[in-house]
Amino acid sequence: MRDGIVVVGGGHAGVQTVDALRERGYSGPLTLVCGEARLPYNRPPVSKELLDPATDPTPAPLRAASFYRDNGITVVPAAALGIDRGTRTVHISGGMAARYDHLVLATGARARTLPLPGAALPNVLTLRTAQDAHALRERLHAGTRVVVLGGGFIGLEVASAARRVDAQVVLLERGPQLLGRAVSEPTAARIAEHHRADGVRLGLGEQVCGFATDGSRVTAVRTGSGRLVSADVVVVGIGAVAEDRLAHEAGLPVQQGILVDQWLATADPRISAIGDCAVVRDPLTGTTTRLESVQNASDQARYVAEQLTGGTSRPYRALPWFWSDQGALRFQMVQRIASYDRTVSSGQSVLRFEGGLLTGVESLNDPSTHQAARRLLQRATPSLAELAAVDHDIRVLARQAARARQVVA
Amino acid sequence: MPTVTYVQPDGSQQTITTACATSVMQAALAHRIPGIIGECGGAATCGTCHVYLDRSSESFLPPSEDEEAMLEWTAAPRTAASRLSCQLRPSDNAAQLVVRVPEEQQ
Repeated sequence: MRDGIVVVGGGHAGVQTVDALRERGYSGPLTLVCGEARLPYNRPPVSKELLDPATDPTPAPLRAASFYRDNGITVVPAAALGIDRGTRTVHISGGMAARYDHLVLATGARARTLPLPGAALPNVLTLRTAQDAHALRERLHAGTRVVVLGGGFIGLEVASAARRVDAQVVLLERGPQLLGRAVSEPTAARIAEHHRADGVRLGLGEQVCGFATDGSRVTAVRTGSGRLVSADVVVVGIGAVAEDRLAHEAGLPVQQGILVDQWLATADPRISAIGDCAVVRDPLTGTTTRLESVQNASDQARYVAEQLTGGTSRPYRALPWFWSDQGALRFQMVQRIASYDRTVSSGQSVLRFEGGLLTGVESLNDPSTHQAARRLLQRATPSLAELAAVDHDIRVLARQAARARQVVA
Repeated sequence: MPTVTYVQPDGSQQTITTACATSVMQAALAHRIPGIIGECGGAATCGTCHVYLDRSSESFLPPSEDEEAMLEWTAAPRTAASRLSCQLRPSDNAAQLVVRVPEEQQ
């Protein structure tokens, strides 16, 4: 490879790709194109610690500047504008261009916005970057009336951060429960209980249908039920949209994200897509999966790096896991697959089953069960009967499995 | 400035100079020390920055309840010296640490 590898995107996926490539001995030219002015930083704190006025407003870089220098990685702090697949060139703002033998798209996702008049006014915010976090934290004070639109993970983390500074928080979610279909009903109910006890006023089943404004800012949120909720700040947390524009304009198939096969390759074998922007299609079932998580970004990045250094021919496969910190509540989830037909509560965790087999585990302030489930699900798929035999305590099964492995070893 | 020596399973080692309040995990990532992944960025939720704290001139607080819970399920065996390196932040400018990197993290 003469032109080397170009990675577009300065999130976890992009950084993990260049790191893993060098780790695996790739010595060709390596370029990381990231659209933000600062070095790639740790993303989860954007909706957590970075909103706390008591913390350092500078996000922790994922790798120090010396890392890129010492490992011969060219970081281009500018936006990629287009891909010319014919000449294998990425055009970058400022008149720059980077040629590639292989291109990895790790372009992430952007916050979904509300198509309502007033949504562009300055006190209506979304949260995706460190800059967004700064804009929000400067507006969060004791007594500030914050209206959070959307009961997803970002909205709930923002609600907790706003309560920490004693802001007044109303959270409106159009669905009947928090977190939509991402978590089971019992877990969603416990999370709702936590936020109510924390002083958040939750409005479930409340659709937003408009904003009242004074011309320069939104003063209230109008709901479908006719309520008018006064607001100093509105935070829109209604999900994210995959950044697939570059791929689409280059003629690659997109489907609410960049479509890739099980080897994470796009329709062009010289272009891979990973992380939040990638939609993985299963050829057997035709189902598609797009995950937004650090785990998914990192695992896909390591997989592509392995592939590009000649290390793998197996399809991509990983066990998805996720966490969300909401004040004193830590939610953790591991899931083989997202579907389930039955749930069983076990202490602070909920086990999900389909066809009598464990598909996932949701945990609230129960890191031990979460981690045990991850260990176990990496190697086995316990049945409902096996779990019933140990009182649904997955840690017991995980310990048994670990002991059995030691005996074999 | 604090120094951290990372000893690999094959016995090779690398000593780096770090900064106070920078975790042993962050220092490892910055210098591309093999075998320390630190996927969650220091939130003590992934368990992929497990080390054995063999020697240290600074004494650290014992593991928190959350760290304890994660340490039970590390990929490599847990010992009395096991720590999550994201939770080890030297505060003494003259601190000297020696940590062993385990065989596996995931």
